[in-house]
Formats: sequence, C-alpha cells, structure tokens
Amino acid sequence: MTYFIDRRANARHKSAVNRQRFLDRYRTHIKRSVEEAVNRRSITDMERGEKVSIPTRDISEPVFQHGPGGKRSIIAPGNKEFVEGDRLRRPGGGGGGGSGEGSASNQGEGMDEFAFTLSREEFLDFVFDGLELPHLERKNLVDLDEVRPVRAGFTRDGVPARINIVRSMREAHARRIAMRGPIRRALREAQEALEVEERKDPVLRHPARIAELKAEIERLEKRLESVPFIDTYDLRYNNLVNQPQPSSKAVMFCVMDVSGSMTQAHKDIAKRFFLLLYLFLERNYEKVELVFVRHHTAAKEVDEEEFFYSRETGGTIVSSALTLVDEIITDRYPPTQWNLYVAQASDGDNWDDDSLICRDQLANRLMPRLQYFTYVEITPHAHQALWEEYEKVEAEYPERFAMRQIVEAGDIYPVFRDLFRRRTVQS
Amino acid sequence: MTERKPIASGSDWNFEVLERFETEIARLADEYRLDTYPNQIEIITTEQMMDAYASVGMPVGYHHWSFGKQFLAVEQAYRRGQMGLAYELVINSDPCIAYLMEENTLMMQVLVMAHACYGHNSFFKGNYLFRTWTDAGSIVDYLLFARRYLAECEERHGVTAVEQLLDACHALQNYGVDRYKRPSPISAEEEARRQKERSDYLQAQVNTLWSTIPGRPTENGHEEVGDEDDPLGLHAGGRYPPEPQENLLYFIEKNAPLLAPWQREVVRIVRKLAQYFYPQRQTQVMNEGWATFWHYTLMNRLYDEGLVDEGLILEFLHSHTAVVQQPPFDSPHYSGINPYALGFAMFTDLRRICEQPTEEDRRWFPEIAGSDWLETLHFAMRNFKDESFIQQYLSPKVIRDLKLFMVLDDDRDEMLEVAAIHDDRGYQRIRDGLATQYALSVREPNIQIYSADIRGDRSLTLRHVQDSRRPLARSVYPVMRHLHQLWGFPVKLESMEEGEIVRRYHWPLPEDEQKEA
Repeated sequence: MTYFIDRRANARHKSAVNRQRFLDRYRTHIKRSVEEAVNRRSITDMERGEKVSIPTRDISEPVFQHGPGGKRSIIAPGNKEFVEGDRLRRPGGGGGGGSGEGSASNQGEGMDEFAFTLSREEFLDFVFDGLELPHLERKNLVDLDEVRPVRAGFTRDGVPARINIVRSMREAHARRIAMRGPIRRALREAQEALEVEERKDPVLRHPARIAELKAEIERLEKRLESVPFIDTYDLRYNNLVNQPQPSSKAVMFCVMDVSGSMTQAHKDIAKRFFLLLYLFLERNYEKVELVFVRHHTAAKEVDEEEFFYSRETGGTIVSSALTLVDEIITDRYPPTQWNLYVAQASDGDNWDDDSLICRDQLANRLMPRLQYFTYVEITPHAHQALWEEYEKVEAEYPERFAMRQIVEAGDIYPVFRDLFRRRTVQS
Repeated sequence: MTERKPIASGSDWNFEVLERFETEIARLADEYRLDTYPNQIEIITTEQMMDAYASVGMPVGYHHWSFGKQFLAVEQAYRRGQMGLAYELVINSDPCIAYLMEENTLMMQVLVMAHACYGHNSFFKGNYLFRTWTDAGSIVDYLLFARRYLAECEERHGVTAVEQLLDACHALQNYGVDRYKRPSPISAEEEARRQKERSDYLQAQVNTLWSTIPGRPTENGHEEVGDEDDPLGLHAGGRYPPEPQENLLYFIEKNAPLLAPWQREVVRIVRKLAQYFYPQRQTQVMNEGWATFWHYTLMNRLYDEGLVDEGLILEFLHSHTAVVQQPPFDSPHYSGINPYALGFAMFTDLRRICEQPTEEDRRWFPEIAGSDWLETLHFAMRNFKDESFIQQYLSPKVIRDLKLFMVLDDDRDEMLEVAAIHDDRGYQRIRDGLATQYALSVREPNIQIYSADIRGDRSLTLRHVQDSRRPLARSVYPVMRHLHQLWGFPVKLESMEEGEIVRRYHWPLPEDEQKEA
C-alpha cells in the first residue's frame, strides 16, 4: 500500500526557529564577524548577507570520545603495495587515518571553522543590534495628512470585494429562521386541522372546509419556498475607516564638504557613514527619502552620483549648505509631516567667520525642527573653529545633536554605534 | 528479449508516472518477498529537504540550536555545491515515510522509491534490532508529544533553561540507551497520560532514596556510618547502585537528586529518542547495503522487463556507480569505508556464494554455499547487525576486491605496522578487525556509572574501562561539566586499565587544574 503526498506547498521554514536559536546563542561571535565585515565591505555591498565563521571548537557538541594514543588497528581499503609486516612512517599530524570515525568527523573535526551565511535581514539585524534612533518620537500631526485604513466592524453596504461571507451567511440564516417561523407554524396548524377533518366520520366531513385547508396548505408551502436563501438585505461588508497615523516618513539630508581639501578617501568614509545611517533609518521608517547637499563656497542639491564622485575645488563655507537645507525643508518637507535627519560630513575646514553663522543657523533655525543632527569630522588633525562652535550647539541640544571625529575607515562603525547606542538611562 | 514498452522516458516526472512505477516496483519486490510497512511517499522541495535533513530526518522535532547549526551547515554546503543533497531520506515509522525531492529526475525518483520504500523499509520491518528496539508505529506520535512537551517547558521555565538542559542531555545521549534490555515500546498517548502520574511518582522515589542520608558523613566515607545513629545497620549497605549502570541518562532520570519533575521528563525524552536511533547507528553498513542491493536488483528487473528505456538505465548505472564507489585510503576523497560500497559488495557477494560457489566459498561458508540465495539474504538481513554481519559474512573475495588491509597503530611504537593484507593469512584477521571497527562498544568509550555516594557528599563516580590503552579525548571535560549540571554534585570519572585506575577526572575541577583545562 502506498500513498503519494505532495508536500511542496507546505511551510518551508520549518528550521527557522532552530536557526534563530543558533544565531542567538552565538550572538557575540557573529557580532564580531559582522563588525569586521562592515569595516571591510565596500559601501554598495551592505545590501547582502554575510558569510560568518565561528571556530568549530566553540560550537562543538561534546560527547565522550576516544582520544589519540593507545593501541588500535585500522582497516582501510585500497592496498596496492603493502605486505604483511611492512612498517610505515606515521602520517604527519595524526589525522586522516581514523577510518573508524570517518563519517562522523566529516562535519565536525575536519574543519577548524564552522562557516555559514547570514541573510541580508539577519546581517543588518546584527549590524544595528543594540542601536536606537535617538529622539524617536514619531511626529504627531496636527493636520492629519497621513491615514491608514483600519478595520472597524461591519457595514450593510460596501464593495463586493469586501463582502464578509461568514457574517452574511449568518445574517441570511437568521433571517430565514425569522421569516419561516410563522409560516411554518401556520402550516403546521393547517395540516393538523386537515388531519382532524379527515379523520372525522365521512358523513360529518365538511368538504368546503377541507378544500379550504388544502388551498391554505398549498399557499403556505409556496410562501415557505419563496423565502430567499440569501437576500441583498443579508449582505455584510468589512468596514474600513481611515485612521490618522503618526508619520512614518523620514527624510535624510546628506551634507558634505566637497572643497579641495576633501580627498576621495575622505568621501568614501563619509559615504559609508551616510550609508549606515540610511540603512538604519530605513529599518525604522516605512519611507526614507534622501537629499544630497554638497557645498564648497556655495551649496547645491545634487543626485547621489554627483554627490559622491564629482570633484570641486575652492574654499569652504559651511553655512551655505545649512541655509540650503533649511530652504529645502521649508519648501518640501514640512516638519509636521516628516521626520528630519541631517548627517553632515566634513574635514573641519571652514571660513573663520562662517562658523559663527553656522552655529546661529543651527541653533536657531534648524535644530528646533530636526529629529537629529549628526556631524562627523574626518580628520586626523586638530579641530578648528567649526568643531568648537558645534560643541556649543551640542551643549544646547544634547539629545538631538551629536558629533564625533573619524580618523580612518575602521572608525566609522564604532563611531556610528556610539552615536546611536541605546540610551536607556536618559530620556 | 521482450520488446521495450517503457512507462515513461526522459527525465521529467509526474504523479501518474510515479504511481505506475511504484506499482511495478511493488510487484517485483513482492516476488522477492520484501515485506514492508505501507509507504508514504512525500514530494518536497529542496529547502524542505534541508529542513528534514537538519532534524536528522525526524518529521517533527523539538527546537534546539544544534538543529539550527546542522541546517546552516547543510545549507552552506549545498549552496557551495559541495554536496548534492542526499536525494533520499526515509524514516523508520509505520507507515514508512520517504521523501522525494522535486528536483530529482525521473530516474532518481524511481531509484529512490526502490532504495528507500522497498530497501530500507523492508530492513526496518525485518531486522531484529529495529524489531526489538524501536516501535515504528508510534514514533511520529511520540515526536509530536516531545515537541509539545518541550514547547510547554519553554513557556513555563524559559527557553534558556530548557536549552541548557537539552545541551547536557545531548552530550550524554549516546549513553542513554539500554544495550541489553528491551525497552518498553513508546506510545505518545500513553506517555501523555502517564506523564503527570509519573513525575509525581518519580519525585517521590528520588526523595525516598535521598532521605536516607544521615546528618553528616563520617571520615571514612560510608563504611562506618555511625552505629549510634543507625544501630540496626540500615544504612550500612553496599555501593549504590549495586551494579554498574550503562544507561547514564536513565540513572540520572531516576536518581539525580535535584532535578525538577519536568527536567526528568526532558531527560527521558532525549533518552527515548536516543534509543530510537540506536539501531540505526549499529546497522549502517547492512541497512545501506541492503537498500543498495535491492535498488540495483529492482532497477535491473525493470530494465529486463522493458519498463524503462536505455537512457534511464544508463543514467541509473552512472549514479549507482558513484554511490558504491570506494576511494582507496590514499585518495584525497577518502573518508573512511563507504558503507554503501561495503554493504553492497557483501550482499552481492552473498548472492554469488549461493548461486555460483567456488571451492574457496565452500571452505569458508559450507552452510550457505549453494543454498537458496533469497532465503540466505533474508536470513542475514533479519538476524545481524554490522558487527556480527561482517564477522559472519565478509568473504575473502570482498576483501580482495576492496583490497582491505589492516594497520596496527600503537603509540608505543614509532612506526605503524601492516598487520594483515588480503591474503590467506590475513582474511580472518581483517574480518575480525573490521567487525570490531563497527562494534559500537569499541567505537565509543566504555563508560558506566559505578557509584553514587548517597550517604556522603553525593558525588557521582563513573568508570571508564580503557580498551587497549586508548584514552579519552579532551571532550571529556565539557561532557563532565554537563553531567555535573544534571547531577548537581561533584562528578568523578576513573579510567581503568586491567583493574587499576590509571587516570582520574573531576568536575568541578580542583583549583590547580582549572587553568590547564
């Protein structure tokens, strides 16, 4: 007796729980690998999973086993030249010959590293593990622009696509019971009367009465039949109402100095930082828009390609970029509807007089409207006026303003983590 | 030769074709008196196969990280193309569940049906080990019970607590089987019903055992338990347990002083499952050999009857040859003796001995040379395990064909010595040596529970009887740690060589050894 069963449509991820357990258990190992990977990877590369290796001995499942040593005999196949009594040099390293445990040690001891691949989601989970967006209050909206349909009971009218079948059938059932009940009762009464009449002595029968009753029964039966199985009256529809939503949109301004002093290496570092921030925001908001603003003495909004790869020379006026950001916000991203983030990268150069203006711009115009402002200074040198002015802003908005210095590419990830680490005590 | 009317050609398959092939294979298998459980053939995707593979073929498994690790390893190997996924997986249950992967070609599906649904299946039903130690009818139900129970435990006691307990049990699961005593068959329904009852009862039993502990241990251990406290000598009994216990997990389940009832139940579950897999670990060569022999025979019959075309049979031969290939010991592909190759060679040779015995065969196998081959094969399949099967049936011809030789590896000798090769003087020694190599009792260190100091410090002492001076691997420490977690008091292990203790292990480690390990 044999049955064929097609299970292909069944759930696939039967091992998902076990897989997650494994990842949880070796969290620290995996995190280390992920951190290395983040520092190593080229920027466009963040969107894929990662191969992770863990030393086998750390994840072995120990059992009682024979160790090396002692006396044992091994049977092996494929003898070509040996005769009894031959003496051989012990193969170096000792491994290899253990045919007794051959199949068992295939996956275990043979390799020093247990390697596997994290999916993109898992990878990013580890990248951003323990991080949190500071000041993550969702914008509460005065003008309720953003709505989301939510279920709200049932209605009598609606579009066919939203018919709730169970409800409708239940209504129909109830209506049928209600409508048929009286008819049934009348019918039963008529039938009983007819029976009584027919049981009477033929002489006493009342032919007119019988005919009348028969007609009545017929009429009632017809009425019973004509009660419809389902009526438009019964139909019920799932009701959806629009509920205002806190904004789930974010816009991220990437501001970068592209003056002559910023080399491609600087920009690459900046790009990585922006990318990390972008990925991070993307996981917290449904929609993230990017605005690229580059500046030297004048600021300009550009597309991504131009932002990262075209070169300019000349001096630096940072306030020009801040002014532009401010304008763009006013024009296109009303703070009531958008969560605003600004990430600025620079090597710290600025016209001396400009830094003051920057501070003024930031403290008075921008900061009140922003969720968060991050500034990274990519320089191995001492800080200049801009940094000092920004420090004052930081003092004023300690929760929403953060700045760090980056010297080389390897610093980015730690700095990023530092900027966004979960702050449980504060707030 | 009959005219060819193949059931199907090409490499695509559909259910109708599979069913027709299945019917034909069933008819032929019946001719060979292959007695099987009903087959439940499930078509699954690659990913589902990886799932099944990761849970050691259990159709429903409880959750544990080690299965996740297994899954990741399989997935990685598969993605890299290192491993063609095992194209068959069969579960010893009634009905017998076999998986066919949807990506397989038609030939592969037919091959797997012959191999798994008739080869393995009849082995599961016929072999004495499986008949004695496993209960095919109830395993799936029991797995379901185990999964539900563990999920409940996780809810109640936390995932970590359950995970640590399982880690500890898994470390000992090879020592969670009764080797000589037939276990009572498992039944999920029964388990669930009795489980509550049992947990209460078990706890009571443990309490009685431990309640006999006198106030304070005397200096000389338990031999001199104070006469004043115990004038009748009630506590002056001998060692506990009176006999060494080979089933470590069973002993723990029944005697560990501090385990909560649910923990005992988990130990029991791991133990029961280990018991279920115990025959499989002992019959690898036979089981695979038997299945391979039958898929080879059945496929050839299909061809002889004209039910498959040349293309299919050639594809089959190609794949069959790869399966039974045995790389020599010095090949980079060598990873021990291939159980498929050895098993297939032995069953095939057994048939030859019956059908065309030579002078040599008559000398070596006077009883079976020239006998009815089918009868002989069935007898061999039913009544042996790898160790005894090789001991009984490994013929000089197979030794010659595989060019088996025996190397003596003695750590007191600088060189290895070739102790026997495939010649007249060597056959018997190679046969003995190979049989020993497959004996579970030799492959795994012989470790038993020797005593539990129920009147003293509650420490548990295990004894390892060394075999040919072979020491324990370093993994002994982590395993002892796990054992210590279960037992709750110090654990000792003594390695014995010819009646003398040659090495002692302790856990927790004494301070000075702590760094070393």
